[in-house]
Amino acid sequence: MSTTQPTPAAISCRGVSKVWNADGDQAFVALKDIDLEVQPGEFVVLLGPSGCGKSTLLYLLAGLEQATRGELLSGGRPISGTSPERGMIFQDAALFPWLDILGNVAYGLALQGMTRAEREARARALIARVGLAGFEHKRPSELSGGMRQRAAMARALALSPKVLMLDEPFAALDIQTRAKMQNYLLDLWRQSECNASMLLVTHSIEEAIGLADRIVVFTARPGRVKEIVPVDLPRPRNPRDPAFHALHDRLAELLADEVDRAFAEQEAAAR
Amino acid sequence: MPSQLMGQGAAMAPTPVISTAQRRRLGAWLASAGWTLASIGSIVALWECAAWMGWADPLLMPAPHVFLGNWHEQLRFFDMANTIGSESAGGSWWAVLSVVLWTSMRVLVGLALGFALSLAVGVGIRYWRPFGKLTLPAVTMFAPISPVAWLPVAVFLFGIGDRPAIFMVFVSIFFVMVIATLAQIDAVPKSYLHVARIMGASKRQLYTSVILPAILPGLFVTLRINLFAAWMVVLIAEAAGVGSGLGQIVMMARNTFNASLVFFTMTLIGLSGFLFDQALGWVQRRMLWWLDGQKSAGRDA
Repeated sequence: MSTTQPTPAAISCRGVSKVWNADGDQAFVALKDIDLEVQPGEFVVLLGPSGCGKSTLLYLLAGLEQATRGELLSGGRPISGTSPERGMIFQDAALFPWLDILGNVAYGLALQGMTRAEREARARALIARVGLAGFEHKRPSELSGGMRQRAAMARALALSPKVLMLDEPFAALDIQTRAKMQNYLLDLWRQSECNASMLLVTHSIEEAIGLADRIVVFTARPGRVKEIVPVDLPRPRNPRDPAFHALHDRLAELLADEVDRAFAEQEAAAR
Repeated sequence: MPSQLMGQGAAMAPTPVISTAQRRRLGAWLASAGWTLASIGSIVALWECAAWMGWADPLLMPAPHVFLGNWHEQLRFFDMANTIGSESAGGSWWAVLSVVLWTSMRVLVGLALGFALSLAVGVGIRYWRPFGKLTLPAVTMFAPISPVAWLPVAVFLFGIGDRPAIFMVFVSIFFVMVIATLAQIDAVPKSYLHVARIMGASKRQLYTSVILPAILPGLFVTLRINLFAAWMVVLIAEAAGVGSGLGQIVMMARNTFNASLVFFTMTLIGLSGFLFDQALGWVQRRMLWWLDGQKSAGRDA
């Protein structure tokens, strides 16, 4: 991929490493020499065994943590802290239990100083868009896991992010809900007025193929980019399509070694 | 027309006017009230039985029907005036109520001050690092000191009256609540803070719009647990330093060897503490409406 593009990449990482506890005697290399570019409007999935540092990369990009080495850019500008331009969705929807759904979706808009009428109108529109119309005044605890995660999407989209990062957003949901949520996410992404890039972390190969333009396969600890696999299948993607199968086999093969390594390492650590 | 309407009303009267949900709630409430009565009743029954068998000395451990039965004799020890050591001017249930209210007021003011200040100090410790480093060691050192040890300090500082009792209640919950506040702040889910930070919350907004609402439920539980400690402490303070209130009456009963009055007052104390706890539970449900749902969500999972 060429680096001289008319518009700067939505995200670019150059030689990024992250060492946890770098000063202590139990230093832990989570990420090593990551190079990655995400174009505006692109859907990129980070795939790898548990604990390979793919979530860490999201935290660095969100500005919640600082990289130990390397350069992180967003829209051509260095990332120096959190920004509403880079939204994030967590595995637990992280809705505030003391606010109703409307209050949760409007929360970010309130922080931006929008008036009550404006932000409630915008929040209501977004709530309707994720299919939760009529639930504005429900508490998060009254909603199912899938509905909570949709409310979290509405909350993130309210700030029109340029990049939306999702950290295993559907891992806690059952299989049927999961498939529905993936379709929801694709719809939202295609309809997004701001041409947002998506960056989703998962360890499910099916999920990765179902969603991604490109799949970034990570090695086991320390996390490195093992291979970047483009997915050229037309959407909606059918899991029974032979091309889907072929891709699945290839990714499974790429991952198998890494999963074995991660497993061996975990067992060694436990001993 | 009016007679027609009345006739209609009379015809309606026998049909039940409460819904099934209301009836279920009423049933649950009656059941819980029944168990409460049975719980107290069994203690009373055991005690009465012991007295009847002659195991309990009627002078030292008068049975409930004795110390509740001669209430008219006890009333004269209760005084409307909230003054020191008087035992003459009382003599009505109004006086009893006024003594209970004086003691309750001391508990309430002490609790309110303790809650507000411990919240402020606890949040301050986490908000301003230097303030935290300066304050935390002292707070941790003061926390394990028994409220009883503070009693002379209360009298040195405030002499005799309401203020030393309020101070005692305050000091008995303040340090514990500061430490509870810190624990609650540290337990706020990181994802809440991450969400707020990404959406552009300043440090102040992080505290006011996320940390404060997130820690209030836990603090209220701590406050309710400490309510009973506050009731115990206020009685000690009243017995020793204030010279009025329920604690003073228990102390006077002890000095005059009036066992009936001791148990009569203990009954009042138990009842007041129980009502206080119920009241605080009610406030908790009104103020922290989202907790209810969380609990039921926890049950579902």
